[in-house]
Amino acid sequence: MNIFKKTIFSVLFSLLIIGNVNADKIKIGTEGAYPPWNSKSEAGKLIGFEVELAYTLCRYIGQQCVIVEQDWDGMIPALIMRKFDAIMAGMSITAERQKAISFSQGYADEVASLAVMKGSSLEGLDTPAGINLTKPNSDAKKALKTLTGALAGKTVCVQTATIHQNFLDSGDVGKVNVRTYKTQDEVNLDLASGRCDAALAAAVAFSDYAEKSGKPVVLTGPTFSGGAFGNGVGVGIRKDDTELLNAFNKAIDKARKNGDISRIATKWFGFDASM
Amino acid sequence: MDLELMVNSFPKLLSAAVITLKLLSVSLIIGLFIGLFFAILRLNKNIFINKLAYVYSYVFRGTPLLVQIFIIYFGLGQIEYLRSTVLWVILKEPYWCAIIAFALNTGAYTSEILRSAFQTIKPGIIEAGKSLGISNKVVFYKIQIPIAIRQSLPAYGNEIILMMKGTSLASTVTIMDLTGVAKYIISTTFKPIEVFIVAGGIYLFMTFIIHNAIKFLEKKHSFN
Repeated sequence: MNIFKKTIFSVLFSLLIIGNVNADKIKIGTEGAYPPWNSKSEAGKLIGFEVELAYTLCRYIGQQCVIVEQDWDGMIPALIMRKFDAIMAGMSITAERQKAISFSQGYADEVASLAVMKGSSLEGLDTPAGINLTKPNSDAKKALKTLTGALAGKTVCVQTATIHQNFLDSGDVGKVNVRTYKTQDEVNLDLASGRCDAALAAAVAFSDYAEKSGKPVVLTGPTFSGGAFGNGVGVGIRKDDTELLNAFNKAIDKARKNGDISRIATKWFGFDASM
Repeated sequence: MDLELMVNSFPKLLSAAVITLKLLSVSLIIGLFIGLFFAILRLNKNIFINKLAYVYSYVFRGTPLLVQIFIIYFGLGQIEYLRSTVLWVILKEPYWCAIIAFALNTGAYTSEILRSAFQTIKPGIIEAGKSLGISNKVVFYKIQIPIAIRQSLPAYGNEIILMMKGTSLASTVTIMDLTGVAKYIISTTFKPIEVFIVAGGIYLFMTFIIHNAIKFLEKKHSFN
């Protein structure tokens, strides 16, 4: 056997071994750019509420986990193409996404909110503190009308492929100029630079940014939940993978009962965002 | 394969290709003037002027286009002073930031293409003009520039195609060009393969047109 063949064989053999080692580990995809849900430490390590929760859930499942990074806009396609087995990336459970993948029960909930820079004409809109869009009551409808008037012709920035983009595209707040970005970090940058009149995302994403950057970002209008905003954040799993889905559902039950979810949520959000 | 999705997304992608062509043509026109300007500077005997043009082309050819766009869009947007100046009217718009980045980038390559074309012009041709009593200026505009442009056509055709593909980076600064709209459709259908195949087909078709247009021009202005 010449050296060339030897090399090929040893490479193939080692690939086989690596493949086997990873086979019984659950691979979980996350974005690493949506604090406090998931982000990266300065050393480049994945951290955040979902990273910690993922390891906890895997302990309950009784299997080892690897957490891998994936850009947000390719998250669902990557799951379908088996680059990993589950998504834990602050992904809300929506009817649109459920056409493509399954979701476990929700483990945490977030409210969305508009944010503007201090001093903006959109600051302090006259709306209730929060509205639910699943069955909008008269207050919610009035708030949407106020928003439609205030946002007409304004540029509102969102991260691409999010519930926030879906909401703006749905026309519930009329014709706004929607600008989409690859990451929430980029949305924050352009909100601060003044290119965006307003931005829409999880309320915690803005408070986290305001705290860390010291920029005068303030929330405005009502907080949004229900409807296009989905029903909480769950683990995304391939449709044919019912075994893993059941395992995650059971693990979430246990983690909730033992108070793990609310403990980890309080640690990262500053309040109990568990559900 | 979801053929229905491919058919449905085709018209949306086609109208987005118009934005791509707009970005391409505007930045090529501006880039051509920038390129010609710096190519002439490169031929200057003054070492300071010469080096200045060299540094420009070195920097813009030596860094990735994506980095250039990000510096111009996100980087300049961070400078508070700039936001209070009249420049911000232009820099506020993603479209113009992309155009500036593309034009400066293609300008650097164009300057190199034109410089080498100028340098390949045989001195005899210039001397022939001068011996007929034609002024230096007229020799430059009527003889050197047309020959240089003809010489650089094949290389410049490549540059157009490279730039056409480069415009896909406009989608990273929120512009809804061909790639931007493709990504948008994927974000709601979660089917990247189908959509990117259609988008890729449209890019290929545009390359086909550009390639043949350049070939036609080469033939038309052939020296033989």
